[in-house]
Amino acid sequence: MEPQFLPAAIAAHAPALLVMIPLILSAPAAMITSGRAAWLLAAIGVGSALVLAVEIFLATRAEGAVLSYAMGGWEPPLGIEFRIDALNAALLLLLGSTGFLAIVFAGPSVADEISRQKRSLFYSAFLICFAGLSGVASTGDAFNLFVFLEISSIATYAIIAMGWSRDRQALTASFNYLVMGTIGATFFVIGVGFIYMSTGTLNMADMGRAIADLGANRAVEVGFAFILVGIGLKAALFPLHQWLPNAYAYAPNFVTTFLATTATKIAFYVIIRFSYDVFSINSGLVTNAMLWVITPLAIAGMLVASTQALFQNNVRRLFAYSSVAQVGYMLLGLGMATSLGLSAGMLHLINHAMMKGALFMALGAFALSYGIRRIADFKGLGQVMPLTSAAFTIGALSLVGVPFTVGFISKFYLIQAALDAGWWWAVAAILVSSVIAVFYVYRILVAIWVSPPDEVRKASAKRVPLAIAIPLAILAGANLVFGVWAEPIVAMARAAADAAILAGVAS
Amino acid sequence: MLEILGDRFTYAVILVLMMVGLYAVIATGNLVKRMVGLSIFQTSVFLLYIATAKITGGAPAIFAYSDLAAGTIPDDAVYANPLPHVLILTAIVVGVATLAMGLALVVRIREVYGTIEDDELSEIDHDDELKKGV
Repeated sequence: MEPQFLPAAIAAHAPALLVMIPLILSAPAAMITSGRAAWLLAAIGVGSALVLAVEIFLATRAEGAVLSYAMGGWEPPLGIEFRIDALNAALLLLLGSTGFLAIVFAGPSVADEISRQKRSLFYSAFLICFAGLSGVASTGDAFNLFVFLEISSIATYAIIAMGWSRDRQALTASFNYLVMGTIGATFFVIGVGFIYMSTGTLNMADMGRAIADLGANRAVEVGFAFILVGIGLKAALFPLHQWLPNAYAYAPNFVTTFLATTATKIAFYVIIRFSYDVFSINSGLVTNAMLWVITPLAIAGMLVASTQALFQNNVRRLFAYSSVAQVGYMLLGLGMATSLGLSAGMLHLINHAMMKGALFMALGAFALSYGIRRIADFKGLGQVMPLTSAAFTIGALSLVGVPFTVGFISKFYLIQAALDAGWWWAVAAILVSSVIAVFYVYRILVAIWVSPPDEVRKASAKRVPLAIAIPLAILAGANLVFGVWAEPIVAMARAAADAAILAGVAS
Repeated sequence: MLEILGDRFTYAVILVLMMVGLYAVIATGNLVKRMVGLSIFQTSVFLLYIATAKITGGAPAIFAYSDLAAGTIPDDAVYANPLPHVLILTAIVVGVATLAMGLALVVRIREVYGTIEDDELSEIDHDDELKKGV
């Protein structure tokens, strides 16, 4: 690849290094006992991944640019290939930047929530999770994708369970996630197995060509169904989202912040990759799956999960349900099977990471200062923690889709895409779901700004550490800045969607 | 019917194992048994891959030394596909890691809750929530 700003020797191996640096750093992080040193290693790992992601993103800017990296010098399709176009480059950039903001936030938050002896192991597991997610986003080999998926998932189960010292429900939540996640991953392997049996290749681009040549084949179609269900489980596609609310509600705050902004997004990317590039979006199979499976489930998720969110008293679980609903928006964009729809879905994916990042980080700040998470406990927070509350409010308004926030931009493009496809009922569903969102956000905002604070709380007001305030301010600011100046994010989402469609045409 | 079964006996066995595993995961309330079910389910998929690698009359994909030295590998040599074996070696490692992680969680759940029965766990969780007023 053409070096952009890094030295050529590093730039040439950027895709491999992006995954390898966090993965290798996880070993020393597990061996040292100091939590601070482990945090530094995690920050170095994620920071270098961010730099490499920027390099890769710049290298794949040109239209139709594909970065192919032959792992170990073994040429694809026999060797394992890391294949990055504008679609994964956008994902890697998102993963790197939200991961980096989250790791800065992790310093004080983890010190508060995880016991001293466990911190270095915790950061080690986080690095493995991060490496696994970036591996999923960069690999071009279907089986390799499964392995990376499981690397990240197993580490995720561990870091979610670390919330047990605060709340023992983290253990059962993590166990349920483990059972569901493993079934999902195994379904994915079954699907890949069926495709491998029929095509004899594991390279995803090569698979795409072979499937196109094969024509209608029952085994391949069954394989697609297995993959869709398996990855749908990881992406929290309604009704396969049962693991998500408790996992998000009881995990340590940092873990929730990181997972809500990345994990389901990566799974969503895998769905795009398989339905657009490995399978052709124009084949009857995928078109029908989009129209009759993905779209109804997306709309059901938007409406049902939003309604479920209304009845939650635990704020983190409320936003977890709202995440399921937001995954519905992204899938609706995907389900339209048009260029406009896909880019609206990608746009919402990026924007949703900003909103949920700001929201969960603000919740982390509240939890750090007061150890609270029920809506009833949020009374009067606006008076004692005005800036954090303001950042939270920006995230919440963005979630609803108020103008001048990113949430408005993505809903605007989503509605535009739906109208373009003639799907007026989808527009109705988006609006209804947004109205429900107004109600659940309203409950929290009223508690924060209108209700008077408890007497005790006024006295014990604590300053939010800078390590939380800065990433929170960046995310909240991004919600506003990109809500007005939407051009760069929209262009990025459009380039990603075009890359997905182009790769599908090429194969 | 019998002929089809005889013809595809391996697949029938794999299918039965798969369903047994999945059923065990769903039907049992005991977390250890659930992990056992999950392992059976995963193992059936390993068998699915391995079964496809076998080619009737195929030898392991290792060349005879005499052929290799003389450079005369027979054209009609039939070899089994070694790739699925390699894939499944990786998948077994993943499966073992998942099992270890799951059992570690079960041990910790037993320590913290004093039970590993799903219905009792959800009752305790429910009481916990009521106590906290969530």
